[in-house]
Amino acid sequence: MNTPGLRASAAALLARDLRLVWRRRGDALQPALFALLVVVLFALAAGGERESLSRHAAAVLWLAVLLAGLLALDSLFRGDAEDGSLEQWLLAPVPLPWLVAVRVFGHWLTTSLPLLVAVPFLGELLFLPHAQLPVLMLSLLLGTPLLGLLGAVVAALTVGMRRAGILVALLALPLYVPVLVFGAGSVAAAAQGLDAGGALLLLGAGLAISLVLAPLAAAAALRIAHN
Amino acid sequence: MPASATIPALLSVRGLAFARNEQPVFGPLAFDVEPGEALLVQGDNGTGKTTLLRVLAGLLRAEAGEVRISGTEADHGARSRHVAYLGHLPALKADLSAEQNLRFLCGLHGARPERRIDAAMARVGLAGHDDALARQLSAGQKKRLSLARLWLSPAPLWLLDEPYANLDLDGIALVNALVSEHLAEGGAALVTTHGAYAAPPVRTRMLQLSNARVDA
Repeated sequence: MNTPGLRASAAALLARDLRLVWRRRGDALQPALFALLVVVLFALAAGGERESLSRHAAAVLWLAVLLAGLLALDSLFRGDAEDGSLEQWLLAPVPLPWLVAVRVFGHWLTTSLPLLVAVPFLGELLFLPHAQLPVLMLSLLLGTPLLGLLGAVVAALTVGMRRAGILVALLALPLYVPVLVFGAGSVAAAAQGLDAGGALLLLGAGLAISLVLAPLAAAAALRIAHN
Repeated sequence: MPASATIPALLSVRGLAFARNEQPVFGPLAFDVEPGEALLVQGDNGTGKTTLLRVLAGLLRAEAGEVRISGTEADHGARSRHVAYLGHLPALKADLSAEQNLRFLCGLHGARPERRIDAAMARVGLAGHDDALARQLSAGQKKRLSLARLWLSPAPLWLLDEPYANLDLDGIALVNALVSEHLAEGGAALVTTHGAYAAPPVRTRMLQLSNARVDA
């Protein structure tokens, strides 16, 4: 008998997800384009003055990243639920939380990472002070996987529903609020010359906890939604 | 159970019942499936054939009863090592090629070391379709691809839900040949069908689900 280990199944799942994204390269750019849209619209609405844009740049970028992630959330498990792949996940000899964790990581890799790469350019559009960029990137690097893990629980809960778009957003937003507060707050603190370490450490702690608990919760939700 | 039985049955079901919203769907059922044996689950639409297979696979929780696999209580570990499930949904990614789909499913479920993916494709009559995207395959070809996954799977117990659907005569013969070969190697299979028009030429027993009793 040749049963796959944790590493082999993770490699198979990641390879599959990356291939799928490569086949649909246009879709992969959507979150970054959406973030660009938010940034441009904000700049237009705010009047394009350098001072006022610069003051809100970090907060707007955080919000743009969060909303773009929210937009991509519904696709996390839906495709796999609709074509029966999820059934095969449930039957696989590896634990479901492990597959969920790998799937969330693959999703982060293909939706959030391009976004993070785009953030410095979007920052230029908003005259983001260059001194704030390192803290902003660090907070996003900690915050986006955390958002993905929290979102996975919500996406798993709603996977049984046919059209769950706005419901996913409504359920996810309360979970996202603390992440946004500490994420944008860390940059704001750094901008005022205060220590951003506290907020970043809290983000890191949240990430550590949700790394362990969110896949378990999402796996349980998937089982319930599937019944 | 016969007193002479020394090897435990591959699948042993006692008092298995399932209800949806307090409405009984089937059961209580009791049957054994020995290695080298196929159980044909028959019944009209809506008599719970698919539900029975999903309960046995562990996708649904039974209302009552006991399922034992190779003599041990059927938990997730025992099921994942012993059961290969072919459902209505093909579990194929439309944007991946046939070969990539098969490779992923083998990575997830494991494969017999002596069986190769290209051999499996040839076995089910899909040689030369390796690079075809799953979205370009017909329903019958998708079913054949799922059969290739079963052929590669190390699991001894096959749960086949309507394996003959969408297949041509040649495909029906293929299912029968695969099931026969699997049974000859000591495996077992549960097969649901509407009628007996396409039963594998092997030692089969029938489970009629309308009145839920086993005829030997």
